[in-house]
Amino acid sequence: MVVLPLTGNYAVAWAVKRARVKVIAAYPITPQTTIVEKLSEMVENGELDAKMIRVESEHSALAAVYGAAIAGARAFTATSSHGLLYMHEVLWWVSASRVPLVMAIVTRAIGPPWNIWTDHSDLLDQRDTGWIISMAESNQEAFDLTLQAFKITEDDRVNLPMIVGLDAFILSHTTAPVDVLEQEDVDRWLPERKQLYVIDPNNRFSLGNIASPKDYMMFRYDIEKAMDNARRVILEVDREYGKVFGREYGGLVECYKCSDAKYTVVAMGAWAGDAKEAIDILRDNGYAVGVLRIRFIRPLPVNEILNYLSGMKGVIVLDRSVSFGAGGQLFTEVSSILASRGRPPAMKGVIAGLGGVDVSYSEIKDIVLKFINEVEDQGWFIKRQEWFMPYEYSFKDYG
Amino acid sequence: MSSSYLIRIKGFTLPLSVASEGAMGRTGSWRTFKPVINYSKCIKCYLCWLHCPFSVISKDSSGVVIDYEYCKGCGICYDVCPTKAIVMVPER
Amino acid sequence: MFVEIRFHGRGGQGAVTAANLLVAAALKENKYGQAFPFFGAERRGAPVLAFARISDRPIKIHSEIRSPDIVVVLDPSLLELVDVTRGLKKGGVVVINSKETPSIGDEYNVYVVDATSIALKYKLVVAGWPLVNTAMLGALSSATGVVGLKSIVSVVEENWRGDVAKRNVEAVIEAFNSTRKVR
Repeated sequence: MVVLPLTGNYAVAWAVKRARVKVIAAYPITPQTTIVEKLSEMVENGELDAKMIRVESEHSALAAVYGAAIAGARAFTATSSHGLLYMHEVLWWVSASRVPLVMAIVTRAIGPPWNIWTDHSDLLDQRDTGWIISMAESNQEAFDLTLQAFKITEDDRVNLPMIVGLDAFILSHTTAPVDVLEQEDVDRWLPERKQLYVIDPNNRFSLGNIASPKDYMMFRYDIEKAMDNARRVILEVDREYGKVFGREYGGLVECYKCSDAKYTVVAMGAWAGDAKEAIDILRDNGYAVGVLRIRFIRPLPVNEILNYLSGMKGVIVLDRSVSFGAGGQLFTEVSSILASRGRPPAMKGVIAGLGGVDVSYSEIKDIVLKFINEVEDQGWFIKRQEWFMPYEYSFKDYG
Repeated sequence: MSSSYLIRIKGFTLPLSVASEGAMGRTGSWRTFKPVINYSKCIKCYLCWLHCPFSVISKDSSGVVIDYEYCKGCGICYDVCPTKAIVMVPER
Repeated sequence: MFVEIRFHGRGGQGAVTAANLLVAAALKENKYGQAFPFFGAERRGAPVLAFARISDRPIKIHSEIRSPDIVVVLDPSLLELVDVTRGLKKGGVVVINSKETPSIGDEYNVYVVDATSIALKYKLVVAGWPLVNTAMLGALSSATGVVGLKSIVSVVEENWRGDVAKRNVEAVIEAFNSTRKVR
């Protein structure tokens, strides 16, 4: 164990160093910048033997590491918000080329109006691109997920790229203790990079040639198959990591006191920690509540959601993003799964914390308590979205 | 394009293909005008070889040779030839 | 033990570094810590905030600190600009860099240290600004014991090298010894 006080961004940079990444390219954008700043410092002072490629945009940043990854190098990039949206096209190229690649996304709101604080809209905008998408709760988990991402993506059964998400500022710029492991231990645990194919001038083929409709659909079917395999691989890697390094999170989801709960809060990212604190207080007051933390939104933890949540009396989903005209993305996904097995629990989707609005554990406690009281008073109901604004603000001010 | 040109590795279909002769079928049958080389005018600049989209022009000792099995008669070689050494002759 | 601390400084004075060093010092004592700046654009000279949580259990929460137990004021001129006791818990502690006894509400425990003079004495000056952050950590330790002097000294020794480290350590110790309770 090597415990250092690190920001979430530095924790990611340390994991990239421990994985002995060979090629890095990124374009600066707040709040991602300090990841790549730290990495370039590591390259400059000889701690990390890697090539830093300077690029003129995020689209080029991902294109550059995509090329490096196809050529066989372990590669990494990072971005946020508008940078990620600009990259969007290349995300499809990477996943459909079946190339292992790891990217950190420091989740940040999308403008206008300009806003640099946390919000999950940028991350969730990538849901359909064929990338494995994860979200950390703590700086330690940002480190662990980044390291695990290399093993997951390079697994024979997967060969898909992966995003490691972490919240802007509340993780990225917050210092907390992080065990960065010993290099020799990581070297023993993480094998040499392998992948399905490598471009080679002596063995020529073309990539991305036109395919017939039927062939195209077969490619897509195989990506779905790989995504399904990833469910098992993520769980295996998590367990094995737990055995070797002592930290296991539960695979696609983390159940925090949800096994014996009647009501459960579903959340993703750093504020899931605040939700845990909130339900601890509620438990002290006699409420049987738990937290189901979504660690991976792709592949979607379908079985876990069914197993943990279908017997609940009520499920409340906290979304730090919104799909306009539909509600929170986590709510729409979780509720669709629960509705596939008989009558679902009472459900409510709460939209809060957009653009970095601070939501404290005591406010989460109030939100959950209100839901419990509504279900106990009115009986079963489903409310797709309720917007929560803390402190002195009120949406009435805008009406 | 037939699926025999797709590469499968470890159970996955990949968006890779290997160039092979006749991958698009016998494209010579598409031709209505045929490019014919007048070797007395050919200066061996190989512009036609470079531009041919179907790679049916190859270099040899006499200059260039067209493979009519696959030449689809698009006329790009005729267009780029600086000495008008290629003429397009109707097939029928 | 669970303590929430807010640092008031001016951009460039080292409030964020102070919060980070405090967490590093807490780790030395096998405690858990979390430090973060006020999230926004950094502007030299403008009033800024930094925060820290110190606990003997892992810290799960990530929301803002709205009602701290302790407030540390790096620059006495801030007292005229911002309400440094905003949200401070009743009976909470205020540690101020000041030559005089400032007037702060009766419901708080107030400690004073002349960190500016200490920083100047040990030539802790960058771009003309006395850097008081290490001295203020000595004062914080003296006033509250949230982390021990020994841990702060060892973190300062790791963070700087040679003569700079030595002068910072001297500033920490002098501040620790000269911090006095005024209310």
